[in-house]
Amino acid sequence: MSPRLPLGSEREALKIVIVGHVDHGKSTLIGRLLYETGSLPPGKVEELKAVSARRRMAIEWSFVLDAFQAERDQAVTIDTTQIWFKTAARDYVIIDAPGHREFLKNMVSGAAAADAAVLVVDAAEGVREQTRRHGYLLHLLGVRQVAVAVSKMDLVDYGEARFAEVSREITHYLGEIGVVPTFIVPISGRDGDNVAVNKATTGKDDATMAWYDGPCLLEALERFGSVTRPVDQPLRLPVQDVYKFDQRRIVAGRIESGILRVGDRLLFSPSNRTARVKSIEVWSSDAECLEARAGQSVAITLDEQVFVERGEMASHEELPPMLSTVFRATLFWLAQEPLEVDRTYKLKLGTREARVRVQSIERVIDTDTLAGNPADRVERNGVGEVVLRCREILALDEYRDLARSGRFALVEDYDTVAGGVISMEGYPDQRHAFGVKSENLTSVEHRVTAPHRTERNGHCGGVLWFTGLSGSGKSTLAMAVEQRLFNKGYHVYVLDGDNVRGGLNANLGFSPEDRAENIRRVGEVAGLFADSGVICISAFISPYRADRVRARAAAKGGFHEIFIKAGLEACERRDPKGLYRKARAGEIADFTGISAPYEPPSKAELVVDTEAADIEESVRQVVDYVERKFARHCNPGRA
Amino acid sequence: MLHLDELEAQSIYILREAYSQIDPLAMLWSLGKDSNVMVWLAKKAFCGHVPFPVVHVDTGKKFQEMYEFRDRYAAEWDLQLITGDCPPVEEVDASLPPAARSAARKTLGLKALLEEHGFKGVIAGIRRDEQATRAKERVFSPRDESGTWDFRDQPPEFWDQYKTDFPPGAHIRIHPLLHWTEIDIWRYIERENIPIVPLYFARDGKRYRSLGDQDITSPIESQAVTLEEIIEELATTTTSERAGRAMDHEREDAFERLRASGYM
Repeated sequence: MSPRLPLGSEREALKIVIVGHVDHGKSTLIGRLLYETGSLPPGKVEELKAVSARRRMAIEWSFVLDAFQAERDQAVTIDTTQIWFKTAARDYVIIDAPGHREFLKNMVSGAAAADAAVLVVDAAEGVREQTRRHGYLLHLLGVRQVAVAVSKMDLVDYGEARFAEVSREITHYLGEIGVVPTFIVPISGRDGDNVAVNKATTGKDDATMAWYDGPCLLEALERFGSVTRPVDQPLRLPVQDVYKFDQRRIVAGRIESGILRVGDRLLFSPSNRTARVKSIEVWSSDAECLEARAGQSVAITLDEQVFVERGEMASHEELPPMLSTVFRATLFWLAQEPLEVDRTYKLKLGTREARVRVQSIERVIDTDTLAGNPADRVERNGVGEVVLRCREILALDEYRDLARSGRFALVEDYDTVAGGVISMEGYPDQRHAFGVKSENLTSVEHRVTAPHRTERNGHCGGVLWFTGLSGSGKSTLAMAVEQRLFNKGYHVYVLDGDNVRGGLNANLGFSPEDRAENIRRVGEVAGLFADSGVICISAFISPYRADRVRARAAAKGGFHEIFIKAGLEACERRDPKGLYRKARAGEIADFTGISAPYEPPSKAELVVDTEAADIEESVRQVVDYVERKFARHCNPGRA
Repeated sequence: MLHLDELEAQSIYILREAYSQIDPLAMLWSLGKDSNVMVWLAKKAFCGHVPFPVVHVDTGKKFQEMYEFRDRYAAEWDLQLITGDCPPVEEVDASLPPAARSAARKTLGLKALLEEHGFKGVIAGIRRDEQATRAKERVFSPRDESGTWDFRDQPPEFWDQYKTDFPPGAHIRIHPLLHWTEIDIWRYIERENIPIVPLYFARDGKRYRSLGDQDITSPIESQAVTLEEIIEELATTTTSERAGRAMDHEREDAFERLRASGYM
């Protein structure tokens, strides 16, 4: 008989997913759990017996869940199923997830909703491919509480040694991915041993697992912690919709983390608009609502009519999300067609949707061995680490800081093809670069115009933006080109990395943020030089595409991106400043090409391959380019 | 968060996703307790409004109390009510068992109505705990052009990222109550004081636990005449909610076949 629910009181419902290798006894365990806790309706046991007999099988507990005809005939769980039972302590929602490899998308659908998990391992078969894969995915999906059930102990004669062996195996694997199981329980789903009662305490004659003195599985479930919402983390409210049913503009959404109060100043990202919360609207309640917390769906009004739309992320001003056009992700791939570099997908990040392109596949993770291997594609059911790039600015968080705003799905055509979690390792927060801080700026018109300057100088101004790895030859080439152009009568000046860092950017280091700021300032200065009619050559690694895109914008049309191309091996061989040696020795952190990314240009105006051409030939190529593009009657625009 | 608040917040999120992403959209209003909770949640989600039509597929065989309820609350809640009729039973697949065949009329009626109004999505109040087949449903559940549910190939659904992209001609069923249980529904009705058809309360030792067509729905033995008593009764029962629905029990796979062909 199921325990009676206390009336009028609210009970907690803990969602538990049961995962593990196919045929390791997940559905059987659940059927048994329901039977043992008296949760099956009357007649169900008889019905089970009848159905099992018709198929000439002993009583088959998994039939409780495997409701579909097709599944009964194949005897595997196709989809994810939910079922309820209750104990004196709380209610449980059990999610049964399929073990078959091809059914990964259903396993993911089940496991992503869970508060805790039971990983079932067959005592006879031990840890198998899907055991490891499911363990890994639980971790990736954010399920932090995991208990292990070593099933079918009856098949190994209830052997303590075998149990210890399997326990060691699974503990080792989970330990590698940072998961510590709460309990490891030896069970027999067939007979119900250690499922709902501890075998050692039943006082039965056959003390089959008397050696085990830990909790039974049900007790292991009871000892899972309660669900907590991230109330004490920074506020994140993705805008789901904006309603205008009457005169009021209502911003609707669910608070993913933190607390929102009436009077709070909200920052909407990436638009960077701000407004104060005027009210929290609650239908059918006269009582004024002054505060809402993580997990609540809210409708708010603002004190100003700022333009806000679905996809923006509201936060407090002091703890905003990061802004970026690029991020790293660890993702699981669900589609038939593999994920490949340069393919584009629709990103769904909270309520935001945007096109992203796969810039690179860093590695594919073998969930069996946890090894990361280089690859040019992520196959169906695989896990990969990739870099995704977007034309638009995204507001995002790192998964390790704020799980709910640091995870996303990818859609191709009509289907969800991937889920992933975000890391910004090696990439800067671009927030400072997108914001214009002062609001009281008015730009003043020059009386001397660009054509006047071109007429006087005999050529137009512009930026020659050299980008390439350290050691690719940027500085050498820049100085040689400067001299050659100067001798030919051009007004030309080089902005060089080390020189600028001594003055204008003396306050900046080499963190991703500082590197981005370094390049932002150089881009602005180069743009001013170009505007004054000078040909400005900048020689900076400038590894991030986003930074170069901004520098291009600062130069207002006179920007020429020149890729100084040399492979990492060649650059490391040259190593003119001895930096690669230091980076390899671990003496320099965040070194481009070694421990920080370099994003080569996709559409440079000119590519100079310094491995194929010597210095004289390289200078000639750049000077030829300038003479073609910067002549007096040139179009100062792009090549 | 309290359990009912958690459920409410999730349902509101789902309703708002549906309204934002699917157009034109309608909500099925069967007049039963679940669909009243659903209308109520819509009013919460949209600040007192129900910004899409509510659809009642009328088999013509509902209880009189249900029709009275419909007319009263359609006006009181300011609903855009659309009603549609069902074809006679002779037009339904004769290979289905009798009660299932009768219930399938509703599926045909619904299909006709969806076609007539061109709705791309319909919100339906099914719950996972009602029936094992429904336990496998998705929150956003696609149907092909003929309304068929392919339970073997359902879209992945995780982190509240629902399927909102479809080829032309496809339909979507949205299930904002999927994660609720029967007792959750009653506790919420009690907490929010939501109106329901009086047939749910016991009269002469019997009450309806689930409301369908008069000829294929049976009442259960019960003395519960208040919400509190219903909740108390449910807290201790192990009988299934749809025990009184004849079409679920005719054959092992009858309900599954009904669902695959578009039944709610």
